[in-house]
Amino acid sequence: MSDDPHWHGPGNHGPSHHGLGHHGPGWQGQPPRHGEVPDWVVHRARQWRQRGDGEPLRRHPDDRLFGGIAAGLGAWRGFSPTTVRIALAVAALISEGWAVPFYVLGWLLIPAKGDETTIVQRARHDSRGLVLALALASLLAVFLFLAGALNDAGLATFAWPQVFSIAGLTLIWRNAPEDERAAMHRLVKPLESLTASGAATSRRATRLRFAGAAVLLAVGLGWLFALHGGIYLLEPLGGFLFVAAGIVLLLGPWWLRIARDLLVERQARARAEERADIAARVHDSVLQTLALIQRRSADPQAVVQLARAQERELRSWLFEGRAPGDSGGSSFAEGIRQIQRGVEALHGVPVEVVTVGDCPLDEHLSALLAAAREATVNAAKWSGAAVISVFAEVEPDKVNITVRDRGKGFDPAAVPDDRKGVAESIRGRMSRHGGEAIVQSAPGEGTKVTLTMPRAAAGPAAQAAPAEGQRR
Amino acid sequence: MSDQPTSTTRPAGAPRVVLVDDHGLFRSGVRAELGTRVQVVGEAEDVAPAIELIGRTLPDVVLLDVHLPGGGGHAVITEVKRDHPDVKFLALSASDAPEDVIAVIRAGARGYVTKTISTAELADAIKRVADGDAVFSHRLAGFVLDAFASGPAPDDVKPSFDPELDQLTTREREVLRLIAQGYTYKEVARELFISGKTVESHVSSVLRKLQLSSRHQLTRWATERRLT
Repeated sequence: MSDDPHWHGPGNHGPSHHGLGHHGPGWQGQPPRHGEVPDWVVHRARQWRQRGDGEPLRRHPDDRLFGGIAAGLGAWRGFSPTTVRIALAVAALISEGWAVPFYVLGWLLIPAKGDETTIVQRARHDSRGLVLALALASLLAVFLFLAGALNDAGLATFAWPQVFSIAGLTLIWRNAPEDERAAMHRLVKPLESLTASGAATSRRATRLRFAGAAVLLAVGLGWLFALHGGIYLLEPLGGFLFVAAGIVLLLGPWWLRIARDLLVERQARARAEERADIAARVHDSVLQTLALIQRRSADPQAVVQLARAQERELRSWLFEGRAPGDSGGSSFAEGIRQIQRGVEALHGVPVEVVTVGDCPLDEHLSALLAAAREATVNAAKWSGAAVISVFAEVEPDKVNITVRDRGKGFDPAAVPDDRKGVAESIRGRMSRHGGEAIVQSAPGEGTKVTLTMPRAAAGPAAQAAPAEGQRR
Repeated sequence: MSDQPTSTTRPAGAPRVVLVDDHGLFRSGVRAELGTRVQVVGEAEDVAPAIELIGRTLPDVVLLDVHLPGGGGHAVITEVKRDHPDVKFLALSASDAPEDVIAVIRAGARGYVTKTISTAELADAIKRVADGDAVFSHRLAGFVLDAFASGPAPDDVKPSFDPELDQLTTREREVLRLIAQGYTYKEVARELFISGKTVESHVSSVLRKLQLSSRHQLTRWATERRLT
């Protein structure tokens, strides 16, 4: 490959483009100088430079396993990322783990592609992160110290460099750009669910996990003792225990404080998120409606309608915990509320609703609701009343709905044909399902439609139970 | 609740009223709207100042917001009732949460009206409460029917202190149903062929049951409602 001067890397820069200002904005390279250095060196250097994409070294987070350094190195020098990765892995093995902190160092010092600030520059201002990095590193150091006491040298040689890695990673974790952090989150998510006993994992699962961990630890310790020849191992351990206790005593409160600070920080973030959520909802609903009201202030009817719709939505959110736009399933009470919403929106007449009890919907109750809707729409259309009252009560053996207005009323004996038809559709619908409809009205007295539907089989889930007196 | 001499010897004229609400705008609105129909003798916006003010002015009626910073409306009622059992409370709220409403009523409020009530109706309600009657809005009637209808869960049956208090009579239920449908007391009386005074006494006895009933499921009911 190196014999072919025209070979070029994934950056697709042909040699003919060299020196034509085709390099990226961060390009700092000097033009090759002739004369002082032998020609072949210049040629060689040029060739070397042209192998990559001609850009300065950048991490490539979109082609990443960890920090995107392997991909960045590959693109910079024209190797395939996989080759670089294998080389890095081998280096980590040969160097007994020391390659890892250097990788982390690179992650900290090399900016990501399309971003000119390094993580280190950001981390400089993150004093809490620096403290945390120190704390975690010292924690690991203490742990390794103890492990060393158990003579597990193989583990220790590979692990000591990681004291530095962990400090670096902490800083990266806290200060990486937003998209990188999201990617890391996805990477660590399964791990998080293992350690965090959050709301997602049940108490039982946590207990099981602890039990499992205890068993494994016991077995592991037993194994180690058996391997190393038993109890004499504990003799040097005694001294180390004192040292460790001293360190914990010295640094313990500090660690604790850091843990607490982290907790506080997390709570603050949760609060901020909640506030943002409320703000978003208020904006979506209340502010929008207020804006609409301002624009339609000339039309009082529309303003009242908007205000009522908004009020209802806000109430159902605040007091019933239902998100705006959420219909809330198919219960009888919800059906009544839908009638209220529909009639108010369509006819602009306020509907006062009182429901007592609730139960799941069935086919008969749906018919009852349909009849009630008819009655309410009639009242809104014809009565001229300022407000319509709907009262619905779920009893153990039947469901009642009363639709009442104080409008002009009518003489039931002398109704026009079109309205008679509607009344029949209410009565007919009710009787088909074994229910009953009574329409009471007189001119000037308003109208009252009473609908009664027997309940098929009162399930145990039904909320309305017999009154206590009847039960005993 | 008990026979307080002051409840019947209220001097003629506008009832003396204290407004307790944490929204200054709402207080001044109510004060302006009620005008000369009542005599507003003081305003408070918090629990502690309200208790102090009521103890000092001894009004006929306290118009009380259910939601107050520093303890809520029922805290005011409980505290004032200890020293001045004859002061009457009318709860006034934008809240729809049954538990809040039932809490103030059980603490001793003589009624509950929503803030969307018309001025004339509010003035009438204040007068009623001042006269010792109970004021049920249609919403409160619905809550009460609901609370007394839902029986205890099977595993939760406890011997009641007084079974008489733990249920509504058929007549009381009828009255409440009509109120829940938006009937006025007068219309209820006409509908049931009884006198207005009888309606009043039914409503008062419902209120008494609501306040004295030992049914612990009253509270449970209210909390459950919030979850539905």
